[in-house]
Amino acid sequence: MNRRLLLAGGILSTVGLSLLPFLWFLLTSFKSQTEIEAAPPTWWPSGSLGFYRTALFDHHLFDYLLNSVVVAGSTTVVALLFAIPAAYALARLSIPGKQGILAVLLCVSMFPQMAIAGPVWRLLDALGGLNHHWGVVLPYVALTLPLAIWILASFFKELPPELEDAARVDGCGPWSTLFRITLPLATPGIFTAAILILIYAWNEFFFALLILTQPEQQTLPVGIALFQGEFTMPWGELAAASVVATLPLIGVVLVCQRWIVSGLSAGAVKG
Amino acid sequence: MRTHTAPRHREGLAAWLMVAPALLVTMVFALYPVADSLWLSLHHIFVGIPHLGSPFVGLGNYQALLHDPVAYQAFVVTLGFVVLSTVLELACGLIIALVIHERFRGRGLVRGAILIPWAIPTVVASQLWRYIFNDQYGFANLLLFGDRVTEYIPWLAYPSVAFAVVVLADVWKTSAFAGLLILAGLQVIPDDLYDAARVDGATAWQRFWHITLPLLKPALLLALLFRTMDAFRVFDLVFVMTQGGPGDATQVLQFYGYQTLFTEGRIGYGSAISVAVFLMIMVLSLTYLRVIGSQLLERRRP
Repeated sequence: MNRRLLLAGGILSTVGLSLLPFLWFLLTSFKSQTEIEAAPPTWWPSGSLGFYRTALFDHHLFDYLLNSVVVAGSTTVVALLFAIPAAYALARLSIPGKQGILAVLLCVSMFPQMAIAGPVWRLLDALGGLNHHWGVVLPYVALTLPLAIWILASFFKELPPELEDAARVDGCGPWSTLFRITLPLATPGIFTAAILILIYAWNEFFFALLILTQPEQQTLPVGIALFQGEFTMPWGELAAASVVATLPLIGVVLVCQRWIVSGLSAGAVKG
Repeated sequence: MRTHTAPRHREGLAAWLMVAPALLVTMVFALYPVADSLWLSLHHIFVGIPHLGSPFVGLGNYQALLHDPVAYQAFVVTLGFVVLSTVLELACGLIIALVIHERFRGRGLVRGAILIPWAIPTVVASQLWRYIFNDQYGFANLLLFGDRVTEYIPWLAYPSVAFAVVVLADVWKTSAFAGLLILAGLQVIPDDLYDAARVDGATAWQRFWHITLPLLKPALLLALLFRTMDAFRVFDLVFVMTQGGPGDATQVLQFYGYQTLFTEGRIGYGSAISVAVFLMIMVLSLTYLRVIGSQLLERRRP
């Protein structure tokens, strides 16, 4: 009985503390300017959608949203295209220098962004990638590859090798074995990697701040970080923009928590 | 037997072709930039003064860094942030892991809800906590003082409070991640250990203290490794919430490096700061990995 009470308390407090702060933004986004500025501020909103309208049309929120979809989507696709064959080769094939490749990937996953920021900026300046979406997608791909390869490789290793062996005996080369036999079996692993890459690219701020300087190209995190009004801080519009930036993620997390949990702990158990 | 070598050779080639694109992107956008940072850090380069050229100064920037009081202060603030936030995150993460490890109805939903702060963009979390601790419109003041508006506190104007709020925002955002890593450790502890202890009359507290915690050590160390590395590179929170202020209370190394590189355009010195942070993280993680490696070996019985 005591134990059940303790558990109930634990569930309530962890869930409560996780959700309550964001609820304040959610409430704010449905208020009106007078309700925000009242002294003291009101608790409950009257349910106005005004902030969403002004955020969308006067604060570039629509651009940010579209850019984030493009950037996060293409990062996920490109990173998976690169990570899947690499992970398969590292997990299943005999490849000279495997330990070296793994060490490099582990190293890259520890890089502080600042250590590569200046040169990446110079490189993109030279290549003409500044203020282009591909200018952030490529660094994102480089920085998400280690985790993606790690997750996928540990997933490939768990698959029974008999099917692949049989395919090989029947004359399948490495590529067709990967695409015809392994990939269909590995869908959950690919899904997990995709979710984690997507969340990373949707949330990344630092490189986006450096590389995308025009509101027409900027993603949601940059837009929200640099949010400004003419005279005062537009908290209401900011709250609305934050809700818009976060709702897709909340949906993804609630629907896909099983894969996220398994993906993030895959590294831990194998590591 | 006769055809064995030819396919092997082909397989090696195919394997390299499969790894090549990933390696190429990694080299161009991660390895080369680090090398370039190292190279730049050996020069004097000022964006605003192009006629100065870029004279080679050897380790001059690093010598200057050692005697830079601002850098030293940023180092102290970063270290304080790392220690405080990782300790709190491990503690909260442990509680989270213990809760979501239990079996109960609606556990999936609870896990999802706890993961939401982790999934929220750091920038959004930063603005959120900045708003909560806003002096006029914030939730903190409303909760504490209600309509006694005159008592409202400008939290973020006090150096130590601003620092604490940045730590709080980080703990709120990333405890769930630590919790997931610890959960993975909990899941591999066999149930019969607990059953045996229960038969021997161990209390719940004793079971936690003598079974759970010691067996969680590798998972806790791993969570510590990930969180320390991440806390060392804290940037978004400081950029949005405080811009390093008030004074230099929340001026962390990454933010100092950013300002030196991109606001002041001191490319050589800024690169030296970046490389220094990079080296610190590398040394730290290699030390951790050694410890974790030996921990894992200990667990594997001969």
